[in-house]
Amino acid sequence: MDLLYDIFVNPFVMMADRPVFLLKVIWEGLAAGVLYALIALGFVLIFKASGVFNFAQGIMVVFAALTLVGMYALGMPAYVALLFTIGVMYLLAVSVERLVLRPLVNQPDIILFMATIGLTYFLIGFGEFVFGGEPKVMITEELGLPRGIYRFEIAGQPLILQKLDVAATIIAVIMVAALAVFFNKTRIGRALRAVADDHQAALSVGISLNQIWVIVWFAAGIVALVTGIMWSAKSDVSFALEIIALRALPVLILGGFTSIPGAIIGGLIIGVGEKIGELYWGHLLGGGIDSWLAYFIALAFLLFRPQGLFGEKIIERV
Amino acid sequence: MFYRETGQFKTSYAADQAIFPILQDRAGIAVILVAAFVLIPWLGSDFFLTSIMIPVIIFALAAVGLNILTGYAGQLSLGTGAFMGVGAYACYKLTTIFPEANIILLMVLSGFFSAGIGVIFGLPSLRIKGFYLAIATLAAQFFLEWCFIRIGWLYNYNPSGAIEVPQREAFGMIVTGPAATPEVRYLVALTIVVTMTWLASNLIRGRIGRQWMMVRDMDIAAELMGIRMLRTKLLAFAVSSFYCGVAGALLVFLWYGAAEPSAFAIRVSFLVLFMIIIGGLGSLMGCFLGAAFIWGLPVVLRYIPEAMGLGLSATAVEHIAQMIIGALIIFFLIVEPHGLARLWRIAKQKLLVWPFPY
Repeated sequence: MDLLYDIFVNPFVMMADRPVFLLKVIWEGLAAGVLYALIALGFVLIFKASGVFNFAQGIMVVFAALTLVGMYALGMPAYVALLFTIGVMYLLAVSVERLVLRPLVNQPDIILFMATIGLTYFLIGFGEFVFGGEPKVMITEELGLPRGIYRFEIAGQPLILQKLDVAATIIAVIMVAALAVFFNKTRIGRALRAVADDHQAALSVGISLNQIWVIVWFAAGIVALVTGIMWSAKSDVSFALEIIALRALPVLILGGFTSIPGAIIGGLIIGVGEKIGELYWGHLLGGGIDSWLAYFIALAFLLFRPQGLFGEKIIERV
Repeated sequence: MFYRETGQFKTSYAADQAIFPILQDRAGIAVILVAAFVLIPWLGSDFFLTSIMIPVIIFALAAVGLNILTGYAGQLSLGTGAFMGVGAYACYKLTTIFPEANIILLMVLSGFFSAGIGVIFGLPSLRIKGFYLAIATLAAQFFLEWCFIRIGWLYNYNPSGAIEVPQREAFGMIVTGPAATPEVRYLVALTIVVTMTWLASNLIRGRIGRQWMMVRDMDIAAELMGIRMLRTKLLAFAVSSFYCGVAGALLVFLWYGAAEPSAFAIRVSFLVLFMIIIGGLGSLMGCFLGAAFIWGLPVVLRYIPEAMGLGLSATAVEHIAQMIIGALIIFFLIVEPHGLARLWRIAKQKLLVWPFPY
């Protein structure tokens, strides 16, 4: 009886009792959700355009952040290091397309998936070999990211927001808007959508698949860089961050592999759900449930929509 | 010249149904078995047995399990590590509760616990498929890992949070614990692995295996032809988890000696997945080849710089080895996406016509 009370009544009483605290929890969840959404966005971009489930997206985030910090440590000014990192991400996109995707064209999905895991291993080894394995600190101030807090009073109770979270949200919104414009208004964007719809049809009207793949991987690399900066501003830059890729996977199945709005809304749902679940119900199970809670939230949605919230309806023919 | 199918006529149904219908194959497998059961424990050093042979055959068993699910039934799973963990913890609890029981029996029994858990986490496969399912199986991986950490009963409230293998005997020999000799542990593992592989090969070529392959090739068509999805898919999950569970129990009891929850992390799932991809999806022999390759590669890579006298630090070697493994995996996928088993099939074709080119 007590347990039922703890599960079904107590958390809601707590929520109603301290609404400002709930608001704060939701805001924190949204801030984490934005980052999940950004990682998922990188996955979706690549999956849409090339059908590759890019497991290396998480490691690309770390790799980009590490390159940025590493170059700054070598004496480059922050913005030069940023440009240099963008260059490295382009180089990565070109070499992945040349050395991995092109020879593996037309292989089954699982083979391409395994290839991206191979890429993950390679990038971890390479990154640690070049920059060393010890954790580093992200250069937030040099990049002009704000620190500190905003303080609001709501009904006499303080609500504290990290400036960094606000900045991350704004940057994420700008980036998603830019991607939306890029996809819908430009020539390359239209070519990308054509490739996403049908590879063969796109080829037959003269769209170069190889070129599109480079662009998509480069775009995913930029998204990874932004994610890396935002995420590592909150903690250190190290390969322990690769775990965030695994955190972003439920976002993908929740939102659908092919939907950009799905990635964003899925990210926010997972972010908020995780925080609320951990704070109000987590203590019943002894804490630490955030490692799998997101997966169960996503699974619960999947039971009703097997293709994700915004995924394309799967039509199967015999 | 030596490898000919011609002239070997079958005069009974039993002969026609044999696993190895060709005389040369039977001879070959006999040679391999003799080498594995007699020559390796007799000639191999303790180091070779404990750090190469035992893990390779145990991981091969896990690979057989995953291959049943992914290679034959077509359900991609990333929860292998956790299912192995269930087997290991189940065996640990069983031997705590029944200290007098035959440990070999307990190791096999622990597979049933793993199978039960596998069926539960196989339920989403009825609704979703492909990569969606792969991510759903990650739920099993993380949830079970969390259970191994948080549920104290599983590791007898040991303050270190690890399970330590007690000394246990079977048939008058010390099989587990620090006092067991490598030879005994190797032979016990090998016996279980060979028996279970033989069972798997019979399962796969029978009615059940054919149903799995129908589901893999096209599940809707299979359903229309009267295959019951619920039963077939869940059976695949159960059998696969059973194999993984036994492999996990063997891993801890015959090799690690003690294990923390991190021994069953997602890394292990990927390792086994690599083994079946490099070895060959849908091939039992591929499991063994893949396990030997994936396990042997880092060992070899670690010894090359030492042997060549390069003065690299241990961490640098580790990082370079990881880079090379990643690159080699991609390279292998490019040159032979069907895995090492395919190379063997090609070699067999060539042997059939040798010494003539056609």
